[in-house]
Amino acid sequence: MSNNNNIWVWIEQRNGKLMDVSLQTLGKGIELAENLAGKVAAVLIGDNVENLAKEIIGYGADNVYLVSDTSLKLYQSRAYTRIISELIALHKPDIMLMGASNIGVDLAPAVAARVKTGLTAHCSDLQIETIDGKQQLVATIPGFSGGMIVKIAWNDIKPWMATVSSGVAEKPGFDENKQGSVIKVDYEAMDEDLQIQTVEMIEKEPASMPVEGAAVVVSAGKGVKSKEEFKLIQDLAEALGAAVGGTRPARDAEWVTNDNLIGSSGKTISPKLFISIGASGAAHYTTGFMKAKYIIALDKDPSAPIFDMCDLGIQADLNEILPRLLEQLKTS
Amino acid sequence: MKIVVCIKQISDPEYFSQITLDPVTGSIQRDKIPAILNPLDENALEEGLRIKEQFSGELTVVTMGPPGAREVLDWALAMGADEAVLLSDRAFAGADTLATAYTLAEYLKTVEPDVVLCGNQTEDGATAQVAPQIAEFLNIPHVTSVGKVEFLDENTLTAIQDIEYGGYLKVKVKLPALLAVIKGINEVRDITAEGIMNASDKEFKTLGAADLETDPARVGNNGSPTKVVGTYKQEIDRQKEILTGTQEEIAAKFLQKILDANIS
Repeated sequence: MSNNNNIWVWIEQRNGKLMDVSLQTLGKGIELAENLAGKVAAVLIGDNVENLAKEIIGYGADNVYLVSDTSLKLYQSRAYTRIISELIALHKPDIMLMGASNIGVDLAPAVAARVKTGLTAHCSDLQIETIDGKQQLVATIPGFSGGMIVKIAWNDIKPWMATVSSGVAEKPGFDENKQGSVIKVDYEAMDEDLQIQTVEMIEKEPASMPVEGAAVVVSAGKGVKSKEEFKLIQDLAEALGAAVGGTRPARDAEWVTNDNLIGSSGKTISPKLFISIGASGAAHYTTGFMKAKYIIALDKDPSAPIFDMCDLGIQADLNEILPRLLEQLKTS
Repeated sequence: MKIVVCIKQISDPEYFSQITLDPVTGSIQRDKIPAILNPLDENALEEGLRIKEQFSGELTVVTMGPPGAREVLDWALAMGADEAVLLSDRAFAGADTLATAYTLAEYLKTVEPDVVLCGNQTEDGATAQVAPQIAEFLNIPHVTSVGKVEFLDENTLTAIQDIEYGGYLKVKVKLPALLAVIKGINEVRDITAEGIMNASDKEFKTLGAADLETDPARVGNNGSPTKVVGTYKQEIDRQKEILTGTQEEIAAKFLQKILDANIS
C-alpha cells in the first residue's frame, strides 16, 4: 500500500438525507483506516448539501470531497461516474467503498470499469491481511455450497473497490466536535453526462415492515409450498411484531418482495431473533442472517444443513407446528 | 433497431424445477443437464423481443462461456432471437466481472447495437456488476434495476429504475444504451414448437480471442484484478438444540424459546 493509506467512501444522499447503508460503509472504512493507520475521506455529491458534509465529519470522516450543483440533486449515473472517476485519478485513494443500495450497485461497477480496477460485490466482511509480506484488503463472500466462505483479494491496481451490503458494518457514533475538512470540488456538466438524466425520484414508505433493523424476522423457504402455508408465517410474524423475509423461491412466488430477500443477493441482517421456516440452509441464504443473536429453524428434513446453523431446531411439518404455536401465542 | 441481449448459463439446482416446457416440444429436455439460463436473462430477452416487435430490427443473443453454453443460446433462438453468438476461448476462462465485461464489450463494439439488454444479476454470482461495466467499456449510458421501459421515439426512452421499497427513479436515456432488467418488467412468453423448429435454421457462430482481437492482458484470469485467495469452512458456533416431544409439547417449547429470545 502507499504511505498514505487513504480510504474513500462514497456517501449516498437522497433528498438531503444520508443513507444508512452509506454510514455503515463509512464505519467499515473507519475500521480499515484504524488497522492501516490511514485516513478516511468521503465523497458527497448533491445539491445544496454542505450541511451533510459536516454531518459526515461528525460520523468520523477526516475529509469530505463535496461536489455540489443543481444538476446533481438526484443520482445522475454518467455525471456521478465521471466525477468520482476523475477524483480517483487525481487523488489516487487506496481503497474505495460504496454502500450496496440499488444506486450504489449501479454506480460502483461503472466507476471500477472506468478506472479499470477490481470491484467485489456484497462482501460479508472486509479485512486487512498480510499476504506474502504485503498488507492486502481481503473480502469474504459466501460460497455457494456447504457453508464455505470464499476470500477474494485484489491485484496491485488501486483503488481496491468493494460494495458493502446493508447490515454488514455498524453505523459509527456521531461526535459533533469531530474536526475535519470539507474540500469543495467544482463541477461543470459535459455533453456525455447528459446522455442520461434522472428526471424524477419517488421514494416510498415500505409497504411491509423492512427486514433491516427489525428485532424479529420470520423467513419463508422453499418448503413453504402454498399460500395457506405462507399465511401461517404471516400470522406468526404479525403475532410477534416481526418482519417477514424469505429465500429466492419465496421471492419468486411473490410472497416476499426483492427488498425482503434474505441472503447474499438480498439483505444481510442481525435481528435478536431469526425464525427460518421451510428452508434447508443453502449458504447464499444463511449468510444473510449469520449474525442474528438467536436462530430458530423449522424444516421437515432432519438432514437439512440448517440444523447445524441454528440454536434451536424443529424437525417437523410446519402445518403441524405453526397452528399449535399460533393457538398458544393467543392464550399466552 | 439493433438489439443485443447478453445472457448467461448458470448452474443452480434450485431453479431446475422452474423450467417448464411445452410437452409437445420434448426435444429440449433440461432436467438431466446441470445448467440453466439465468432466470432474469429470460426477462431481458423478452424485453428485447418486444422492442424488436415495436420498431422492427434484428435481435442477437450473446454469451461468454464454455462450448456447452450453446444450450442457452439455442433456447434463446427458440424463444425468438434472430442470431446467436458464443464467445468461447480458453483464454477467456477465469474471468472476473471486469474481464467478462471487457470481452463482451469487444464483441459488442463490432455490432454497434442501439440497445443492449441484460438480466440485472445472475442467480449464481449475483454481483450485478457486468452490465454497467459493459456499458462503460462501450462508452454508452446504462440503467440497472429496470422495471419498465417506454420509448419516447426511436432514439430516446424512459426507464423506471427500482430503488427499493417501491421507490424509483425515472430516467431519460438517449440511445445507444444498456438496460439491466428486473423480474417485474414483463411476463416471459412460452417457447412454441414452431420456435424450436425455426431455431435450427438461424445463424449461430462461435468467436474466440483471435476473432475479437482481444488484448490478452485484459481477458480471462490475466485480465481479472480480483482473485480468489482461499476458501474456508464457515465457523458456526450455535447451540444446535433439537426439540423433541409431541407436537403440542414442541409448540410449547418453541413458544417459550421465542419469548426468551425476544426479551433477553
